[in-house]
Amino acid sequence: MLSRVANNLFWMSRHIERAENTARLLDVTYRMSLLPYRILEPGQSWAEPWALPLVINGLATAYYERYPGALGPDDVLRFMVFDAANPSSIYACIHTARENARVVRGAITSEMYEDINAFWLELRNRDYAGIRTGGLSEFFDWVKMRSHQFRGVTFGTSLRDEGYSFTRLGTFIERADNTARLLDVKYHTLLPSVADVGGAVDYYQWGALLRSLSAFDAYRKVYRDVIMPRRVAELLILRDDVPRSLHACMNEIYEILRDICESSSREVERLAGELHAQLYYGRTEQIISLGLHEYLMGFLEKLGALNDEINRHFLVPVYPQQQAATARR
Amino acid sequence: MINPAAKRDDGVRPSTVYNEMYDEAGAVHPHYAAYAEWLADKPPEYLLQKQREADILYARLGITFAVYGDETGVERSIPFDIIPRILRPDAWKIIYDGTCQRVRALNAFLKDIYHDQEILRAGLIPEQHIFANRLYRPEMRGFDVPGDVYIHIAGIDIVKTGQDAFFVLEDNLRTPSGVSYMLENRKMMMRLFPELFSRMAVAPIDHYTDVLLDNLRAVAPPGVTNPTVAVLTPGPYNSAYFEHAFLAQQMGVELVEGQDLFVAQDAVFMRTTSGPQRVDVIYRRIDDDFLDPLAFRPDSVLGVAGLFSAYRAGNVTLANAIGTGIADDKSIYTYVPDMIAFYLGEKPMLANVPTYRLSKPEDLKYVLDHLHELVVKEVQGSGGYGMLVGPAATRDERAAFRERVLGNPANYIAQPTLALSTCPTFCGSAIAPRHVDLRPYVLSGKTVTLVPGGLTRVALREGSLVVNSSQGGGTKDTWVLED
Repeated sequence: MLSRVANNLFWMSRHIERAENTARLLDVTYRMSLLPYRILEPGQSWAEPWALPLVINGLATAYYERYPGALGPDDVLRFMVFDAANPSSIYACIHTARENARVVRGAITSEMYEDINAFWLELRNRDYAGIRTGGLSEFFDWVKMRSHQFRGVTFGTSLRDEGYSFTRLGTFIERADNTARLLDVKYHTLLPSVADVGGAVDYYQWGALLRSLSAFDAYRKVYRDVIMPRRVAELLILRDDVPRSLHACMNEIYEILRDICESSSREVERLAGELHAQLYYGRTEQIISLGLHEYLMGFLEKLGALNDEINRHFLVPVYPQQQAATARR
Repeated sequence: MINPAAKRDDGVRPSTVYNEMYDEAGAVHPHYAAYAEWLADKPPEYLLQKQREADILYARLGITFAVYGDETGVERSIPFDIIPRILRPDAWKIIYDGTCQRVRALNAFLKDIYHDQEILRAGLIPEQHIFANRLYRPEMRGFDVPGDVYIHIAGIDIVKTGQDAFFVLEDNLRTPSGVSYMLENRKMMMRLFPELFSRMAVAPIDHYTDVLLDNLRAVAPPGVTNPTVAVLTPGPYNSAYFEHAFLAQQMGVELVEGQDLFVAQDAVFMRTTSGPQRVDVIYRRIDDDFLDPLAFRPDSVLGVAGLFSAYRAGNVTLANAIGTGIADDKSIYTYVPDMIAFYLGEKPMLANVPTYRLSKPEDLKYVLDHLHELVVKEVQGSGGYGMLVGPAATRDERAAFRERVLGNPANYIAQPTLALSTCPTFCGSAIAPRHVDLRPYVLSGKTVTLVPGGLTRVALREGSLVVNSSQGGGTKDTWVLED
């Protein structure tokens, strides 16, 4: 299939997934902001809950350029939901996903196009005042449900061809990236001091994190115990039966790539296999002794390398003979 | 809203305008008889419901075009009219033979002016009409295109002024559009009114994309046994993107943008997820100017660097060929009847509309004195932009246009406003006559042929003669009856 078509399918589903993750993140931030605990300390303004979505997405600088002044929930929400100039905002993600879909309409089913088009048209009819009145959580639930619906329509109507593979690949790469970022931020930026570890703030923050990844009930079912950071890490990194865990995402990614890789793209498959093996054979003790932050940074780096290799081989390829031709000219 | 008690407008108007359904006495022409009989017991409510159904289906399918100059950038559906335009077999034969003849002559003309230039040496066309024209491509001199085919797809705009009285309004030989509407309109009519197709022998047109693909494969570079064909589009922001995607999908070939292709060792490749794949034939919907930044406009980001060089090396076929614009220029149009005589030794089966060339002082004077009764067009304009419809224009519009003409008279031609035929058209609550034209699509490759039909465009505003979709025109399905 054409690389550009594959690229559009890949980014269509990545953007839908990103919109969903942004909604999850904002929802959990909102819930945390309602807790009676103020954890601000001098020099630690990043510990303000509303900084969380910005830090996780690496958007703090971009935010302060657009909204100089004190950090507040309304500005953060405006920036992360409706700001078209912020490429990670829900608005921008859905707009881009819909444009991706429009460009390759012939490569997706009409049900998929109608669904994503309706998502965009409905979102365009909403505004910040409206979702404030209607309830933030209702809005975030709506975004999550639309995202679930699009994946369902894709699953239920797509031909199982290469296009389907790239569509799925986009979903799981984005999801793995997001889960890793969320885990990392919780561990390193939220707790103001070591003394707070294990305290009430800690409990609610881990709980909110689990909820944002739809894994709270799973934690209860699996451990039947209080929330402990190392178990949260185990659940969201190593267990492959939690759909948003790194292991579950890598299962999907590795399987898809084994399917589409050919002799010329073995390096892509090898990188995916290596990363998959790290999770498949990984132990919680290793993660703890290495340090969660170091572990997650290592994971994100390898995921980035895999993503680059996928780009180079499939999505925006540069060929040796083309380079030669350009050089000749 | 509909008032059922209101008298039904049956489309009859006492005038010299030819109505394709009714004769002057109000009787139905024989080839419309079966349709009129079916229509007779259909209340306006029924037609309105069907019209709404069609509108909803078109919007849902996203059959849209973008309007240039519309700041909102919205995609719109072209209005579709549910009343078909019906042509007799005899009338179709005139159109079929006449358009094929015309395309043969125009193709011979292109081969000639890019090779021996006999028509210039015979003095039939003044040299400066060719060499001073920016649509002439000196780069094409002496280059042999596969099968000598330049015009693989031609859209010939035809108007009717009486029974079997046809005139060619213009030839579209670059990247004519609209054929997707011809095909979608038929699908829509079969969906809305299946019973009509069992009552009447309507010639099918669905095989258009098969014939197109067959012809494109037939003009592949010599020696290629299983050619790969692709449709090259400027991208989703082009007004005809829907059509490009539609044609690629119907032919089962890739829809590519310039960025999907690259040239290496004078051959063209697509970037695919399985590596580079060779492309042999490109049905391009990008103008010459934008095809290759190395050969033509260097600022083009739509094209493919090196494409022209690959073309000249004979490693890829472009359809249509580069440089066909010189043959559909409105100043060259006036010579087409001479071309038919010169190259084919035949008499034209379809007449030209009488045309004034404003480069000639006596024509210029006549036209300026009669602006109120003429249509004045830019020589290189298209799509209804840059034209003046004298009788419909205000005094100020005519005065303004007069200044533009005087600035560069050679850039304009003028034609009398023809009494374009009308077809009954559903106008929301009643049926009323509206002016129509016809664009059949002539395909060349293996043979020169066309499927029995075309795009009927209808000027939806009462009395309007402008049928372009960008100027408020709509479309109808065109039925050619079988013998």
